[in-house]
Amino acid sequence: MNAYRSLFLRELRIAVRVGGGALMGVLFFLIVVTTIPFAVGPDLNLLSRLGPAVLWIGALLSTLLGLDRLFEADREDGALDLIVGSGRMLELVVIVKVLAHWTATGLPLVIAAPLFSLFLAMPPATIGTTVLTLLVGTPALTFLGAIGAALTVSLRRGGLLVPILILPFAIPVLIFGVAASTSVLLDPAGFFTPFLLLAAVSLMAGVVGPIAAAAALRGGLD
Amino acid sequence: MALTLTELANPTRFMGLVTRALPYLAGATVLLFAVGLILVAGAPEDYQQGMTVMIMYIHVPAAWLSMFTYGMMAASAIGTLVWRHPLADVSAKAAAPIGAAFAFLCLFTGSLWGKPMWGTWWEWDARLTSMLVLFIMYLGLIALWRTIEDPTRAARAAAVLILVGTVNLPIIKFSVDWWNTLHQPASVFRMDGPTIDPSMLWPLLVMALAFTALLVTLHWMAMRNEILRRRVRALGLMAAGGAR
Amino acid sequence: MENLFGLGPHAGFIVVSYAAAALTVAALVVWILVDHRTQTRRLAELEARGVRRRSAAKAAAVAGQESGA
Repeated sequence: MNAYRSLFLRELRIAVRVGGGALMGVLFFLIVVTTIPFAVGPDLNLLSRLGPAVLWIGALLSTLLGLDRLFEADREDGALDLIVGSGRMLELVVIVKVLAHWTATGLPLVIAAPLFSLFLAMPPATIGTTVLTLLVGTPALTFLGAIGAALTVSLRRGGLLVPILILPFAIPVLIFGVAASTSVLLDPAGFFTPFLLLAAVSLMAGVVGPIAAAAALRGGLD
Repeated sequence: MALTLTELANPTRFMGLVTRALPYLAGATVLLFAVGLILVAGAPEDYQQGMTVMIMYIHVPAAWLSMFTYGMMAASAIGTLVWRHPLADVSAKAAAPIGAAFAFLCLFTGSLWGKPMWGTWWEWDARLTSMLVLFIMYLGLIALWRTIEDPTRAARAAAVLILVGTVNLPIIKFSVDWWNTLHQPASVFRMDGPTIDPSMLWPLLVMALAFTALLVTLHWMAMRNEILRRRVRALGLMAAGGAR
Repeated sequence: MENLFGLGPHAGFIVVSYAAAALTVAALVVWILVDHRTQTRRLAELEARGVRRRSAAKAAAVAGQESGA
């Protein structure tokens, strides 16, 4: 247990230090949120209706684009071979690495979301639900993305391949996340069905992601 | 002539079998397509859709076969991961472009069917959307195979991705169904009636059989190519090693 | 395109569908055949240069009639 905790802290420290790129995700998120009004126009009514979708797409893109750092850096300096060779359960190692990665890159997105939602003139109720769904949904994106990062770990230029491979699997997360965020405007009771489905998809991703990523890492390294 | 499964799993034996069986398979495919098209020409008009129902005889078999191909690839992926058999990956890799072609055909004819029936080229109908996702997954798999140079590494990676897809496809299908009913409640004109008349069922089944024969023929030919490609690669590496 | 071959008002859509199917299948067949020729030629070139698989001699003895190997 101690080993996993020190791994978690190590990952966090690496992500937060200079060159770790933890804040790049939030910056990219901000860029997406500010670009969309330029494309659709400054109509606040339209923007407030699109708000949850914009925030979700921004979070999805910045999560997927930040994934290449998950295993890549550790592979380059040989740390990944040591971790795999340490005899610890690789699935648990992946879970710890993903959770640390999410804490460094996913959690800032969730925290920034209410701030960015002001740009989009979203009503308070939708801000609340959007932040809640992002909190539940972004770990799923990171867990699914870990599969792509593990599959492309041996590649020099796997960057663009990861989103292509992972996007189909992210569709349910996006559908239930946006549906739960927006449904509260029409009918407060309509929130729970998509929200619970989103939570189910997240739990599922938390199981499938580490198993598949560990299998991919074993196949990619020996 | 008695071929056991182990002998079949030997690449050289498999190549011999393909060479012998290919003429019969190709002949059967052509024959089935001929019979199928004659039956289609004699099939009646649909009372609602008129002659556009003829598109169904391509659209529906293409949809079935693209899903069947994915199932076949999933079985091959298990073969790759569990038994690490080289032919399993050859099978999966050879099947992917064919499955993608069937998915593309299904989308293309679906779009052509949608224009006269629904009035738009594309409808975010649950089935069409799921097929689009399947098509994208095929393209992603092909991209993965093309990016990783080492065949055994590419085989493992692709097998993992195929199996993750197998687990996720039902979830994606469910979410798309759910999303679609949320956005447009039951306004979509259904492409298939609840029951299908035998006069249309027979041509459809024969066409499906013809497409299946086509899949087997092309798949075996593509597998033979893949085995040859790996031999060329191995020999090229040996030649490079010998020259050093 | 009105009522081509007695196919009704939407004849064009039907004809294009069948043409697309024929084209897609033809493209697959041509690609596979060209690929087969390329790989066979490369293999022959390599073997002509005297490179042989380790198992080739054994396989040739076991299955001499299989010219495709």
